Amino acid sequence: MIATEALSKRFPRVTALDRLTLDIGPGVTGLVGANGAGKSTLIKILLGLSPATEGTAAVLGLDVATSGAEIRERVGYMPEHDCLPPDVSATEFVVHMARMSGLPATAARERTADTLRHVGLYEERYRPIGGYSTGMKQRVKLAQALVHDPQLVLLDEPTNGLDPVGRDEMLGLIRRVHTDFGISVLVTSHLLGELERTCDHVVVIDGGALLRSSSTSDFTQTTTTLAVEVTDSDTHPDGTRALREALTAAGVTLHAAEEQGLPGAGHILLVEGEGDATYDLVRDTVADLGIGLVRMEQRRHHIAEVFRTEQHAGAQPVTSGAPAAWGAQWNDKQKGGGHDGN
Amino acid sequence: MATELTPQGADPTRIHNIGYRKYDGPRLGRAYARRSLYSQSLRGAYGLGRSAKSKVLPMVLFGVMTATAAIIVAVAVAAPAGTMTKLPLSYTAFAITLQPVIGLYLAAQAPQTVSRDLRFKTVPLYFSRPIERRDYVLAKYAAMASALFALTAIPLVILYAGALLAKFDFGAQTKGFGQGLVSVALLSLLFAGLGLVMAALTPRRGFGVAAVIAVFTISYGAVSTVQAIASAQEANGAVEWLGLFSPATLIDGVQTAFLGATSNFPGGTGPGAGTGVVYLLVVLGLIAGSYAVLMRRYRKVGL
Repeated sequence: MIATEALSKRFPRVTALDRLTLDIGPGVTGLVGANGAGKSTLIKILLGLSPATEGTAAVLGLDVATSGAEIRERVGYMPEHDCLPPDVSATEFVVHMARMSGLPATAARERTADTLRHVGLYEERYRPIGGYSTGMKQRVKLAQALVHDPQLVLLDEPTNGLDPVGRDEMLGLIRRVHTDFGISVLVTSHLLGELERTCDHVVVIDGGALLRSSSTSDFTQTTTTLAVEVTDSDTHPDGTRALREALTAAGVTLHAAEEQGLPGAGHILLVEGEGDATYDLVRDTVADLGIGLVRMEQRRHHIAEVFRTEQHAGAQPVTSGAPAAWGAQWNDKQKGGGHDGN
Repeated sequence: MATELTPQGADPTRIHNIGYRKYDGPRLGRAYARRSLYSQSLRGAYGLGRSAKSKVLPMVLFGVMTATAAIIVAVAVAAPAGTMTKLPLSYTAFAITLQPVIGLYLAAQAPQTVSRDLRFKTVPLYFSRPIERRDYVLAKYAAMASALFALTAIPLVILYAGALLAKFDFGAQTKGFGQGLVSVALLSLLFAGLGLVMAALTPRRGFGVAAVIAVFTISYGAVSTVQAIASAQEANGAVEWLGLFSPATLIDGVQTAFLGATSNFPGGTGPGAGTGVVYLLVVLGLIAGSYAVLMRRYRKVGL
């Protein structure tokens, strides 16, 4: 869908993209990067709105330098910022945008009704947009990007400003854009957890250069680490510590969950080991201590770990070792550029 | 994915949830999008397709313009035969006389035409579609100029129809009507350009309204006042050149020099053909300049 070759964009004082080579196939692709990593610049070039300083880029097999208009006819774009006039209804607005994409008047109206229904706007679509909630506005923005039935949509931070429920709904919708509508998606975000759930493929860029591009499953392979969470009891006021001591005594390797910076890390024990023997041992130890077992699950890697520092990455035994390098690289760049990473 | 047809034998009235439908119809491209934007903006300039509230002002002003023309016609037709040989207000003088109404219309509608897209950041949505900066600026400019032309030319049509009803000299009336149309066409282009530039530079609608009123009304007032003073001191050369500094007097000058109009300048001393060329060049320069400024303005706002 998208291919770039040594793509560079330099402004008088900054280099926004630095010899970026990408090959993005059909499906849902996440584009991750800190603010200023070059995401918006890349989107602008892909839409043929800004010429690249060097290198080439092709979208849907069309060269961005020469076929901008053809690309924009077949690509949808949802900007990050607010872009909706408050005094018109969603229907009027989306019909107008459909015509701007070249759809004849009748088709524009039909497609608008269809698209608004698909993104989940019903009766409210006849009311002025000014009265909509943020979630509804995001749906209108998505609808205007889909109304002309593009082959590819570029979504810039589509979950910005949404509450957790709205976020989940939007992510589900993005997933459906590919599975049900057959439209490929390039979605940018700085929230890695979101992309993990939504994307088939994740591209990480930083400082305008490619940091990593691989499928989401590569990022989130299972590890040999077990996450165990227990309750406290009267005899053991700190159940976690009691279990840690008991397991250490039994000769099991434990990782320090706190340093991983995971949510609720203080109450989670990371137990090294795989297979029924380890599971049984943990179960029996917990039962002997008389405390409650809240959960015991096999840990998966999170994309966020790509950005961890070297020593932490080194502590994760299974991964090929490569993430350590990226982590270090990311870390260096963070120190150097002062970016706010994840 | 594709449209599913009703299965054979099924009740044809049943509604199926046919899921997402692909669009295989025509995509009409840039020129079509530009035309659509033009017609949408032109309709918007009269509040059509917008809320009832936004129709009030343009329609009232349009009503004032046409009603004035109708009254003039009524006077001409009702006058006893033979007492009048031409309209009480000439075709070329009409727009100049009603210039404050046109200014008010422009002040209300130019910001509406361009500031909304800037203020609500809708512009990137346009530029992520086939149309380009040039198409957008051309469509908006043409729409504003057409709206002004409708506002100024339709009253002229009423005047012309009335003049024919009153059986005034056909040849002279047709010539005057033609000259009037050329004059208001030029006026529409000039006013639309200046109005859009001021509106586009101020995303806040209120500022845009104020800027347009200030430039059109204040400059006209100032120029007229200084001209009156110059005229009183019999510095007629100064009167002639001072007219260059306000849009309405510019049009007055051009039509006095080339379109057989009687000048509204104090003492009726409009520019002759020589100075008239300067007037015409300034008008054309301002129109081209407005277009150039608008193009520059939209260079930075894409995405």
